[in-house]
Amino acid sequence: MTVKLDIQLKRGGFHLDAQLSAPAGVTVIFGPSGSGKTTLLRAFAGLEPIDQGHVSIEGADMSGVPPHHRAVGYVFQEPRLLPHLTVMANLKFAQKMGRVGAGQSFNEVTDLLALRPLLERYPAALSGGEAQRVALGRALLSAPKCLCLDEPLSALDHGLKQRIFPYLERLRDQTKIPILYVTHDAAEMARLADHIVLMHTGRSVLSGPATEVLADPAAVPFLGVRAAGTVVAGQVMSPDPVTGLAVMGFDGGQFILPELAQPEGRKIRIRIAAQDIVLASEMPKGLSALNILEGVISDLHRGQGPGVMVQFKVGRTLFLARVTQYSATQMGLVVGQRVFAILKASAFDPAGIGT
Amino acid sequence: MSWLSLSPVEFQALTLSLWVAMVSVVVSLPFATAVAYVLARRRFWGHGLLNALVHLPLVLPPVVTGYLLLVAFGRRGIFGPTLEALGLQLAFTSAGAAVAAAVMAFPLIVRAIRLALEAVDPKLEEAASTLGASAVKVFVFVTLPLSLPGILAGAVVGFAKALGEFGATITFVSNIPGETQTIASAIYALLQVPGQEAAVGRMIGFSILLSFGALFLSEVLARRMVRR
Repeated sequence: MTVKLDIQLKRGGFHLDAQLSAPAGVTVIFGPSGSGKTTLLRAFAGLEPIDQGHVSIEGADMSGVPPHHRAVGYVFQEPRLLPHLTVMANLKFAQKMGRVGAGQSFNEVTDLLALRPLLERYPAALSGGEAQRVALGRALLSAPKCLCLDEPLSALDHGLKQRIFPYLERLRDQTKIPILYVTHDAAEMARLADHIVLMHTGRSVLSGPATEVLADPAAVPFLGVRAAGTVVAGQVMSPDPVTGLAVMGFDGGQFILPELAQPEGRKIRIRIAAQDIVLASEMPKGLSALNILEGVISDLHRGQGPGVMVQFKVGRTLFLARVTQYSATQMGLVVGQRVFAILKASAFDPAGIGT
Repeated sequence: MSWLSLSPVEFQALTLSLWVAMVSVVVSLPFATAVAYVLARRRFWGHGLLNALVHLPLVLPPVVTGYLLLVAFGRRGIFGPTLEALGLQLAFTSAGAAVAAAVMAFPLIVRAIRLALEAVDPKLEEAASTLGASAVKVFVFVTLPLSLPGILAGAVVGFAKALGEFGATITFVSNIPGETQTIASAIYALLQVPGQEAAVGRMIGFSILLSFGALFLSEVLARRMVRR
């Protein structure tokens, strides 16, 4: 299943001109607020009229089709549950209104999102996280051909977000439909994205597989310096025999992690922010850092600010590090040079570790 | 004859009033809901005109409304011959009394329902449409249930208005005992004759009782709807 969007529209002084193609899996639409992410998603779902362009789902043209015939499930920033119905009735409503005989069964969805204990309650008696899980389940039960998640976690506090992530990861792994996920949170993007579309002032400026886009120095201006960083996919190995700490192996090396709540053998992905890496031209000695990786510089990107983005390869895995112009000149960094990367402990934020 | 017992004429006035109020509310409720929906949700050329037209009976002297009804639906009125061909007569009949009451209550019912419809969050309707609900289903399963307390409130206000309607009714259908005489016009007629204090007291007592009953019923229903 694939969805294709090519949308142009004007709202007051704002122009949206965006194209994207999303296969099965999670496509994260990332950009600062006001970049047109939500408008793009709404236009795709038929909630916003478009001036020009077209929308297709599985090759079928959906432009001009009213929202209720598009089979695009939509989870909004707020849960929008029907207040006069119980959770059970909300879910059954979606099932009754949605496509008949398609999608996941009631039991599958309630199990996936752990909704069983909530079924008899009214939306007013749910916490923010519970309500958003019900909204997710409701969207799934309408048997959509594509799922739109518009910053579904933005109204939740940090702790609740962490509790919802596993559900989203299971959803990503268990459903075979394209999921368009709008966010302006880099950690969220890194945890969930299979593909990434970067939005900037109403245009889709860069898109591709998550690992490639995140490792592309040219993407940094659109991501913002703080959000820059790569995603490393790997597997949990047996604990380090000396320290007893958890170890994650990846294509090219391994990390020693201070904290990891995942069983051995589990495939995980971890986000390493560019600002959490320190570069050295020689093998450093006498450091407290546990992780020092040896790599080769593959790209250098001088931005307009005081920083330089350095892309380097460890084995076949790409990393990004941010250093100052001054350091880059002092160290004489060039493409092809051997460097040592020192990873700060803060690089391994448990919140950035996903499955 | 005890103080409380009703004369046949008084009893007829009482039952007619109830019948008129009930019929006028039941018949105008669907139309009022439709008009309220259009006024609340649609923007079109003539929106202001429709709004003014609906509210006209509220601001016009009731006598004028009654007279206009006579001009429109009287035997020699604009639609008189058409109604006669259909075997219908409204002027000076109980059916006409219901029409007069409905016209007078209509703006109040529309206002209450419109407020309720405007209070329904359009975001919920939007969410329902993404789940696959057509516009009609969104209205039936989302908009209508959420505005039910307001619709009920409209029905109660309309019922009260219809029960007490006097000016338009007496102008359009006159004050014929047993045919078009409601509680209000019966009290008016009784007040024209000296020595009818007991009868006037009875009628007033009954109209107070009816109004309280309607209010109590609506309160019970509203509470049942809110309890969830």
